[in-house]
Amino acid sequence: MDQTGRSLISLEGLDREDILWLLGHAAKFEASPNSKILDGKIVATLFFEPSTRTRLSFETAVNRLGGRVIGFSDAATTSSSKGETLKDTIMMVSNYADLIIMRHYLEGAARYASEVSPVPIINAGDGANQHPSQTMLDLYSMLKTQGRLDDLHIHLVGDLKYGRTVHSMLTAMRFFNPTFHFISPDELKMPEEYKEYCRNNGIKFEEHTRFDEETIADADILYMTRVQRERFTDLMEYERVKDMFILKNDMLRSAKENLKILHPLPRVNEIAQDVDANPHAYYFQQAKNGLYVREALICNALNLLK
Amino acid sequence: MEKTGKSELLVAALENGTVIDHIPSDKVFDVVNLLGLTNIDTPITIGSNLSSRKMGSKGIIKIADRYFSEEECSKLSVIAPNIVLNIIRDYEVVEKKRIAMPDQVRGIVKCGNPKCITNHEPMQTVFDVVDKENGTLRCRYCNKDIHKGEIKLL
Repeated sequence: MDQTGRSLISLEGLDREDILWLLGHAAKFEASPNSKILDGKIVATLFFEPSTRTRLSFETAVNRLGGRVIGFSDAATTSSSKGETLKDTIMMVSNYADLIIMRHYLEGAARYASEVSPVPIINAGDGANQHPSQTMLDLYSMLKTQGRLDDLHIHLVGDLKYGRTVHSMLTAMRFFNPTFHFISPDELKMPEEYKEYCRNNGIKFEEHTRFDEETIADADILYMTRVQRERFTDLMEYERVKDMFILKNDMLRSAKENLKILHPLPRVNEIAQDVDANPHAYYFQQAKNGLYVREALICNALNLLK
Repeated sequence: MEKTGKSELLVAALENGTVIDHIPSDKVFDVVNLLGLTNIDTPITIGSNLSSRKMGSKGIIKIADRYFSEEECSKLSVIAPNIVLNIIRDYEVVEKKRIAMPDQVRGIVKCGNPKCITNHEPMQTVFDVVDKENGTLRCRYCNKDIHKGEIKLL
């Protein structure tokens, strides 16, 4: 891992050992989530775009480790609404905080911030570009439920065209010999550039346009995402497919025993409510895992992990 | 310099300086801007829509008493990778320079992604050249690729 800059902007620079090392630390935080390791540290959470779920997860992580939080949850209440540049905001906040966790609606904002900031930056999402802590918690959830990351059959369902989380997962899983199944309506298929990425990196994949009991029977991980109306150019097509990518309880009859269902949340209707009680459902625990993973990422950025 | 019919006769020969040849006709003024030719005071001849055996139509720029650094030349590669710079000393072509695509392009090209931070902050753009043969650039910030033909200058 690059030890000179401790910012976490994307997972691109991490190799297999780095990923497993960070996930190993997340497991230690899960075993004892509360400590004073951040005593005396101030962490800024700058959310130029609202994201309650991610912000609460990061802020809880800081609080549980004894650090203090400053920041804002909506750019409308800050001077960026008066036309202040991102650079000026970052320079100002870096006078006060030891670490900046930021979410921004513009792509590349976190990388730029890491270039101008004297303190490390953790990217909590930059537009449609990167959201590394989400991917790390997805990986942690897979490792925890399957006991391994190697050789998994991972079925990705729903919006594979715009879904940032599914794209990052392809990149991060390249070290672990996965077999992917891409299940989506035609309009939201996995883009060619990512399929090309899979071919270049020896990642096996199959594509499906049907989502049924049979297609998911050999899955270890079923990763659901939302099919959003606003992604369709043809609304007739949306009406036709919108109910075809909903996971219902009876589709899980032939599922493997170890299958776990993941979802980055928020869910709308793509997982039927009756699935929640099924032992395969794992999405709420997955969100909880985000806390431990973020504790590890924060401490790593501050050089506190050994 | 390559003889391309009558185009050679349209302009005077250079004693010393640089002849930039094989410029696509629609890129002639991009070359003028990239090299800052509007700010130099030696004689300049600009030809466009000249017939060319190799490319159909081309542009030529002759600049007297001026030579260009590698860095200045590499800027041209993003708009026209096949440009040739003929270095003239005492009416002779002493060197034909082909331009090399650099590994990185800084501050010349605009990112095509309207949601990229570089289009909203007063900052320099940076692209990694990911495919030299096809002229594909990748924005260091938003990771979007720009292909040859889509490249817009700042």
